[in-house]
Amino acid sequence: MIKRVSVLLLLLAVGAIFATLLAGYEADPELNLTARYYADRTAADIGAANIVTAIVVTYRGLDTLGEVTVLFLSAAILGLVLAQGRKREQARRERVPAGELLTTGTRILAPLIMLLGVHVFVNGHLTPGGGFQGGAIVASGVLLLLLADPVKHFAHGLIAAVESLAGIFYVAIGLLGLLLAGGFLDNRFLPTGELGALFSAGAIPLIYSLIGLKVGAEFSAILADLSDTEEL
Amino acid sequence: MIAYLAMATGFLLILIGFYGALTNRNLLRMIVAFTIADSGVNLVIVAVGYMRGRTAPILDATVPAADAAARIIDPVPQALVLTAIVIGVGVTALMLAYAYRLYEKKRSLDIAKFMDLKW
Amino acid sequence: MGMLMTAMTVLLCIAMIVAAFVAIAGKSLPIAILSAGLVSLVASVLFLVLASPDVAMTEAAIGSGLTTFLFFFVLGRVRKGEHDGGEHD
Repeated sequence: MIKRVSVLLLLLAVGAIFATLLAGYEADPELNLTARYYADRTAADIGAANIVTAIVVTYRGLDTLGEVTVLFLSAAILGLVLAQGRKREQARRERVPAGELLTTGTRILAPLIMLLGVHVFVNGHLTPGGGFQGGAIVASGVLLLLLADPVKHFAHGLIAAVESLAGIFYVAIGLLGLLLAGGFLDNRFLPTGELGALFSAGAIPLIYSLIGLKVGAEFSAILADLSDTEEL
Repeated sequence: MIAYLAMATGFLLILIGFYGALTNRNLLRMIVAFTIADSGVNLVIVAVGYMRGRTAPILDATVPAADAAARIIDPVPQALVLTAIVIGVGVTALMLAYAYRLYEKKRSLDIAKFMDLKW
Repeated sequence: MGMLMTAMTVLLCIAMIVAAFVAIAGKSLPIAILSAGLVSLVASVLFLVLASPDVAMTEAAIGSGLTTFLFFFVLGRVRKGEHDGGEHD
């Protein structure tokens, strides 16, 4: 009873703070200084049609490197937590194989889903979407493969190799930007090209594709680790 | 108006999520409540960046680069929320892994069973 | 146009709040997980209304797709603990 009352009191206090915030909110009639800089300069400086992509990959590229690192850490810790003292092989052998419908459907669908994922992250600088969305779509293709064949040993080595290679190349491209252009992760050591073309925006398509591969590999590792656990 | 509605809903979702996380004793239910609060936070941040009568921050034939500053909404909150969603799923996956390990130890998802560090 | 958008936003907001209540207070855990996924899915439509297609795509692919699957993977492994802790205290 006391616990419930104190929870309600806490929520009331937090709700009061939120109400004040909401009452004091006024929509800006104009873009603020930072946003106007991005809106005015992106086309000339970066050459990317999607301004959100320009911010994520180039203007705040270092933050994105940190974000991908956080995701990698959470995937690694998850693998560590789940793997402690476990005999995985035994758990896998006891599982029931998937039905005919799922197996055949996967054979048709999984390549198409992965292709869509690649399309999304290669076009990240032109259309909505990019490395994170495309990586998640690739991982859902991997998820389908996991569901269709739960007995088979999944290629953890391949996932780890894709993940580390993408990470190394990401940092290497960042260093190339430092050497050949204005700074770490600067995209302009490749020609920025014409706004709206596939091969434009300098190194952004390259960097976003690497992010897509890395994020896809990390999500796939999380899914594979979770599906390798045994039922309790 | 739309931004106001979305912001109010976001705040309400945060409160609902907090309530669920504080009153439920099942670990998985607490994690579900956290993901709802997470959605609420994202909604509030995106709503702050919305401006009436403007379009998404993508340059094309209808939004030329020259007068982009007068046509698009604030792209910075969107970039922030993009990051927040991806980190959110990483955190959720980690919480779920810990819930699994805790269940393995005590064969229960009841948070009241885990008193080892409480005096 | 503006009127229609506002009406749609009101509907989406109500749907989200109802789904969130079901996720918090519903009896069955699988339905709670699905409702949380529904909150994310409706949120992604709302992001589209708020002119944020990038965020909408991320929320739909990651927030409502992958997260729901992660929950079901773990729920399938700890099936017997579904009702631990009772409804509320």
